[in-house]
Amino acid sequence: MIRVNSLSKKFNNLLAVDQVSFEVKQGEILGFLGPNGAGKTTTMKMLTCFIPPSSGTAEICGYSILDDPLQVRNQIGYLPESAPSYDEMLVGEFLKFIAEIRGYSGMELKRRVGIVIEKTSLSEVENQMIDTLSKGFRQRTCLAQALLHDPPVLILDEPTDGLDPNQKHEVRSLIKDMSEERTILISTHILEEVDAVCTSAMIIANGRVVGYGTPDELLSQSLYRNSVTVSLKNENPRKLLDDFNQLDFVYSVEHVQDDREDLVTMRLYPKNKESISRKLEEYLYKKNVQLEQFTVERGRLDEVFRQLTTED
Amino acid sequence: MNGFFPILKRELLAYFRSPVAYVFIIIFLVANAGCTFLLGNFYDSQQASLEIFFLFHPWLYLFLVPAVGMRLWAEERRSGTAELLLTFPVRLTSTVFAKFFAGWLFIGISLLLTFPMIWTVHFLGSPDSGPIITGYLGSFLMAGSYLAIASLTSSMTKNQVISFILSVVICLVLVLSGWGVLSETLNTVFPVWFSDLVGQFSFTTHFDAIRRGVVDIRDLIYFISIIVIVLMLNVVVLESHKAS
Ligand SMILES: Nc1ncnc2c1ncn2[C@@H]1O[C@H](COP(=O)(O)OP(=O)(O)OP(=O)(O)O)[C@@H](O)[C@H]1O
Ligand SMILES: [Mg+2]
Repeated sequence: MIRVNSLSKKFNNLLAVDQVSFEVKQGEILGFLGPNGAGKTTTMKMLTCFIPPSSGTAEICGYSILDDPLQVRNQIGYLPESAPSYDEMLVGEFLKFIAEIRGYSGMELKRRVGIVIEKTSLSEVENQMIDTLSKGFRQRTCLAQALLHDPPVLILDEPTDGLDPNQKHEVRSLIKDMSEERTILISTHILEEVDAVCTSAMIIANGRVVGYGTPDELLSQSLYRNSVTVSLKNENPRKLLDDFNQLDFVYSVEHVQDDREDLVTMRLYPKNKESISRKLEEYLYKKNVQLEQFTVERGRLDEVFRQLTTED
Repeated sequence: MNGFFPILKRELLAYFRSPVAYVFIIIFLVANAGCTFLLGNFYDSQQASLEIFFLFHPWLYLFLVPAVGMRLWAEERRSGTAELLLTFPVRLTSTVFAKFFAGWLFIGISLLLTFPMIWTVHFLGSPDSGPIITGYLGSFLMAGSYLAIASLTSSMTKNQVISFILSVVICLVLVLSGWGVLSETLNTVFPVWFSDLVGQFSFTTHFDAIRRGVVDIRDLIYFISIIVIVLMLNVVVLESHKAS
């Protein structure tokens, strides 16, 4: 488990990480979001004891990053942002090297290397020089390295960066599958990823935490939360707009452009972002319209992200 | 938990995987032969000993050892692998020494490849094998001191060229401080003890004795302590890099 207590990092005059506190429990996957330069990588570097914090502290499985860095590193599998590895080595050789450093030898070492090669689908490049790998394979090689010692804590800095859609999917399922007995912290710029894999998400901007919650809690802050988009056939837009605006549960109505001429599409925003689908359904039924589309939105993470990270 | 041997092995392998290693070995051998036979007039001296061969080592190492050492840390930092290497559960001291030993072994291998020199002196006469053995030992120890300095400067920058130049300069100072011409110049201004003191810090002073077959434990301690102290400094530099 990861417990972070007002961690800060100052580079010269720049406060890269400012009093960040959070907690990730076993079985949880925390998605770490934020614009470029927000301080995600810096936070992760402090948790893996690569750089010391300027103030504050953190505990990994009960070991303090300040007092017990070697134990902390034993608990962590770390995928750095740039997915570094030794160019002049073969993929298999590299993984063997890391396994040796982690203290394995003989059959156990072979077994572990075999498992991670399987998990990250690296078998086709096992005997290829890392120098000649494509970016995605490099990324996976470095990810494999982080899994070798079956660590209770995984810290992955943009694990799906540079992967093709299939591999993104693979890696996400891998992360999800592993999450049960582990504590996982991932950073990402792909917002769908948060909804797809994370149990909770944290948004930081300029080193400060600006949003925290389950994906659904974050989505509930969206302007589009519970908005309903309907497409009706053979209706007068003006008339429809007026009618919708009369409804007491509707906060506002927006006429959305549609590529089909015979359709009128409207987005209705509910009052207090409450769910209005039931009421609207009844209303449309009574009104006896030709309904072509009826979509309820959970909210848009990108919009929440922008809202939280651009205000001052 | 230690990690020393895997790191040493990887680093040594990295040397032999790069063409630079072979270029280095060839230059080292050619330069050795060139200095001994051309500059040193080895044949004319008519001596069945390797004194002349070892005489040039402080000068050869001045450029060759920094070339071996410049990549040790600069390359890790440039390629980002430092972030892996320094987040393994391995003590920084182990890592620093492991990388150093890899480079030292590589130089040792190059030095062993000069064995035809031993044949040559046997061909010229019947040499005393004592000074030959101590010469090799002293040369290897001295190379270690150069390499420790190169490792230190390599940890101070991402740029291998800067690292190279820095270590050449530092080593040059340590070579020159024991140079006869310098001590004579110093003697004209300062009392004799001063130039002696300066000379005590020099590679040349300590190597000269060993090269002649006189093994004084103090000379060995000198080189070993240079290596240990400079590598500990190396650890400190890496630690402070992390902090800034
Ligand atoms: N070694 C350093 N020296 C000085 N400033 C640094 C250093 N490392 C990071 N910074 C600065 O700290 C801030 C946070 O950087 P960080 O890499 O943590 O951002 P990030 O959230 O990971 O961004 P990205 O999404 O682009 O990966 C940036 O402004 C960066 O320029
Ligand atoms: Mg980053």
